[in-house]
Amino acid sequence: MWSLFLRDIRLSIRAGGGALTGVIFFLAVIATIPFGVGPDLNLLARIGPAILWIGALLACLLGLDRLFQADREDGSLDLLVLGDDRHVLALTVLTKCLAHWAGSVLPLVIAAPLLGLFMNMEPIGIGATALTLLVGTPAITFIGAAGAAVAVALPRGGLLISVLVLPLTIPVLIFGVSASYGAVADPDPFLQPFLILAALTLFLAVLGPVAAALALRHGAD
Amino acid sequence: MRLIAENLGGERGGEAVFSGINFALEKGQALIVTGPNGAGKSTLLRVVAGLLPVAAGRVHIEGGGEDFPSVASACHYLGHQNAMKTALTVTENLRFWRDFSGADFLRAEEALETVGLGDIGHLPFGYLSTGQRRRAAIAKLLVSRRPLWLLDEPTAGLDKASEERFAVLMRKHLEGGGIVVAATHLPLGIEGAKELRMGEAV
Repeated sequence: MWSLFLRDIRLSIRAGGGALTGVIFFLAVIATIPFGVGPDLNLLARIGPAILWIGALLACLLGLDRLFQADREDGSLDLLVLGDDRHVLALTVLTKCLAHWAGSVLPLVIAAPLLGLFMNMEPIGIGATALTLLVGTPAITFIGAAGAAVAVALPRGGLLISVLVLPLTIPVLIFGVSASYGAVADPDPFLQPFLILAALTLFLAVLGPVAAALALRHGAD
Repeated sequence: MRLIAENLGGERGGEAVFSGINFALEKGQALIVTGPNGAGKSTLLRVVAGLLPVAAGRVHIEGGGEDFPSVASACHYLGHQNAMKTALTVTENLRFWRDFSGADFLRAEEALETVGLGDIGHLPFGYLSTGQRRRAAIAKLLVSRRPLWLLDEPTAGLDKASEERFAVLMRKHLEGGGIVVAATHLPLGIEGAKELRMGEAV
């Protein structure tokens, strides 16, 4: 399993990997917002956490279609599925999700504080948003894995995956953003939505890979 | 160990491709599957491996013990694609499959030496020619121990010398108590192999 994790990390860093694509897209989205909204610093600070979350969510979805498709095209996926008796397929999927998260999504989380400055956010707000992103984005990857597994055989699955996955990520977005606001706006709580966000991630860490494994097993052709 | 198929049927997209296939292979036996394009050779191999659902009958392995309870766990499947990443070096690819498949056999470097690619292990897989890629994929069969080899056109793209080298590897595998099921158009150079002709009875 560790070797699969390392292999996928290596692939995301080497030529043709998606490690930087997401970050650049994220940067482009966040950098455009102040031009569209106008130079109202208070407004920017107020919508900052939400914009960071939406940008990160979309950037997460960007590379998801390659999660299984690349393996399917070169035949590796067959061998991963055949390895089911040694490594349970759901664990293989979980490992791939974690590698994808570490390779493509973690850079977004690291870039988020810098982009928070673009939105004139307070330091504590930036910290809270980065923390919620760190805890919440794995959930998006896990849901996305199920979508990617369903659409693995489709030639242009990318858009379909986004459409399939986006509605399911709404709870993650809601609790992520409300926890980020809770850290800044005084009467709003931080801890409760944050804990629900963590619970969502843990719950989906089980459900997503199991669903994806089921789809991969039955989607073979 | 025995690989047994009873009245096996397979389908693609709801349409039956073949049916009523029977064979039983003992240790050290090889089965060559031949037939025209579209006869269902690849589908048969995928059904045997468990990558496609069985439409009728059954295929199972007998006497695999704890290590190899099912066909999937006992087999190396070499399909049309080589299952190697173009961005990684040949050695990295082989090391990964060795770790992932378990039941270590040869080290990656030794396996490459065996297929005559000993000096290009450091190159990215994407730089290799078609024949070299196929040989690297064949080296993948050697890095972990599996009694059953399911080979789909294994010699596609190989030159004469590599074909002979591969024939030697298969004979060695059979002598060691292995089983080979190969779909091919070309003679593989295994003496005493059973032959299954597909697409003629239909």
